[in-house]
Amino acid sequence: MTAVEHRFGPYGGQYVPETLMPALDELERAWIDARDDPGYQAELDALLHDYVGRPSPLYHARRLSEAAGHPIYLKREDLNHTGAHKINNALGQALLAVRMGKRRIIAETGAGQHGVASATACALLGLECIVYMGTEDMRRQKPNVERMELLGARVEPVEAGARTLKEAVSAAIRDWVTNVDDTHYIIGSCVGPAPYPALVRDLQRVIGDEARAQVLERCGRLPQRVIACVGGGSNAIGTFTPFVADAEVELIGVEAAGEGLESGRHGAPLTAAGLPGVLHGAFSALMQDEEGQILEAHSISAGLDYPGSGPEHAWLRDSGRARYVAVTDVQALEAFVRTARLEGIIPALESAHAIAWTLSSATSELDLVCLSGRGDKDLAEAIAHLGSARAR
Amino acid sequence: MIAPDHLGRSAPDHLGRSATSGIERIAEAFEAARAEGRRAALMPYMMGGFPDLECSREIALAYADAGADLVELGVPFSDPLADGPVIHAAGNVALRAGARVHDVLELARAIADRVPVVVMCYANPIYARGLERFLDMLAGGGASGLIVPDLPLEEAPAVLEACDRRGLALVPLVAPTTPEARLARIGERARGFLYTVALTGTTGERAGLAEGLDVVIARAKALTEVPVAVGFGIATPEQAAAAARAGADGVIVGSRLVRAAGEASDPAAAVRDLVLALGRALR
Ligand SMILES: Cc1ncc(COP(=O)(O)O)c(C=O)c1O
Repeated sequence: MTAVEHRFGPYGGQYVPETLMPALDELERAWIDARDDPGYQAELDALLHDYVGRPSPLYHARRLSEAAGHPIYLKREDLNHTGAHKINNALGQALLAVRMGKRRIIAETGAGQHGVASATACALLGLECIVYMGTEDMRRQKPNVERMELLGARVEPVEAGARTLKEAVSAAIRDWVTNVDDTHYIIGSCVGPAPYPALVRDLQRVIGDEARAQVLERCGRLPQRVIACVGGGSNAIGTFTPFVADAEVELIGVEAAGEGLESGRHGAPLTAAGLPGVLHGAFSALMQDEEGQILEAHSISAGLDYPGSGPEHAWLRDSGRARYVAVTDVQALEAFVRTARLEGIIPALESAHAIAWTLSSATSELDLVCLSGRGDKDLAEAIAHLGSARAR
Repeated sequence: MIAPDHLGRSAPDHLGRSATSGIERIAEAFEAARAEGRRAALMPYMMGGFPDLECSREIALAYADAGADLVELGVPFSDPLADGPVIHAAGNVALRAGARVHDVLELARAIADRVPVVVMCYANPIYARGLERFLDMLAGGGASGLIVPDLPLEEAPAVLEACDRRGLALVPLVAPTTPEARLARIGERARGFLYTVALTGTTGERAGLAEGLDVVIARAKALTEVPVAVGFGIATPEQAAAAARAGADGVIVGSRLVRAAGEASDPAAAVRDLVLALGRALR
């Protein structure tokens, strides 16, 4: 039995109110137990196969490759049931909640994809589901609010701060502090106090495990670069993990540069590399002022609009194993449209950041890009921005 | 720098004077309340810089005037996970009014010669400034102790060591969810007092006292040598008296006072009356 990591280098930890410590302990023990239990694994694998539609395809995006000047393969997490990688984690954690006897589920959501995934898993397993969402995100990701409600979840609007993902996570943690006895918190990314960053990574590494086997079979080689967008970092850590030991493979996390790193209006704590600190229970790269107050992030993409980052990414950065870069709102929108026009695929605005980076970067022998989700949820927001860009 | 031992007893300085450490001052405050025959020490909480810096200084003075035994001074933080809506909102107002950590810690100076001040601050503003610098600043303002609501046992060793070196009390929290063996480990390391969270939840006023509070308090008292103070959900004089009857050595009142500070036209007068009433209930 290997332990669940609490620290990644200096990052991670459990900076939470005492009330939650026993629950984190219980969750860690439940995960150690479940991950070695063939029964749990078989149940999860069957659902991932029959319900989610895994394995997701690896797709050679020929016209995007031509535009970029190098081969691009897309790992199609957008084709999962509910339209993003978030379902891998939500299902795994919902099954874990059932094992722990907790039938009330709370979750936070930014883009709404994790909220929809949690609502879906709860509908499937007959669990109560409450999703915290900032009201600004409810506005810009309206279709997902409607989906969650149709699935039987209650969406709790969060009015605090910038009314986006950071406040939704805080509200979910406060709910958990209050209802910890009968409630499991399905956190949506590899953030938060231990054991969450390791737990979410373990549940998302199916992306990278599949992709590594698929690319070896298809191309007879490993990719030169593996690229994924980073909000909290769950699709990226899931994609990277199986490649970490392949020293020749470059790992590139793409954050949101928003209106530009120098504007301060971005969501790129790993790239900006300021002083690390504590947010939502973990010590990691984050955006803060010199007083230690957490800053509001900014991104056109609700899923990347977060001032924190997963602690394992901070360590992958410091140790030099992965590199973090950032792509602006405008570049992401451009990639959103190009992917639609060239491939007939409308990517999530989050994923469009990863595509934008490979399109504009130096040549590569083979890029593997995690297409973490589909963009239906973003149509209204993207069209509004494109419209105003056209009008200018 | 006067190096206290782990109980916070200060070594004499180079002139042979024995300064009183923060840990000692907190112990004395609890002892004095007991010696005066009061049922529990009263510890009102205030949000530093709320509604603005000057007004919060007056609130601190009002607390001291109204007979607070200790004062808990909150440092505003953007993302206070242990706090309910009232204290969360007050922190936001303080930050928008321009409250800075240094100014808030300096508020202690206004009352520190009359009552021991215990600072409540989330982990990040402490680390952002650097632990040593933060504690120097805290001690410089005259505060006696520190409560970090998101720093559980596992993350606390370095902070405890640095506080001990200065004779400052690092006050840990225990909750109703804390298992016995864990409570014992926290109780052993407690300095000043053991902050016993009365309910499973965030700060905020509640209609009644949490059920089984006497059991929670008895459990805490059995597992620590420092006084046990109870907070979260205690708002009215009746609730304060009931918490004392349930065995608490100290009673912490937060959201009710912060709400008054936000609502009243004369915040200092309003909180003074409330603290007087709370104090009467503990006599
Ligand atoms: C499609 C998609 N990709 C990426 C993200 C960012 O999350 P993470 O960095 O955890 O993968 C989100 C979050 O909402 C998302 O919906």
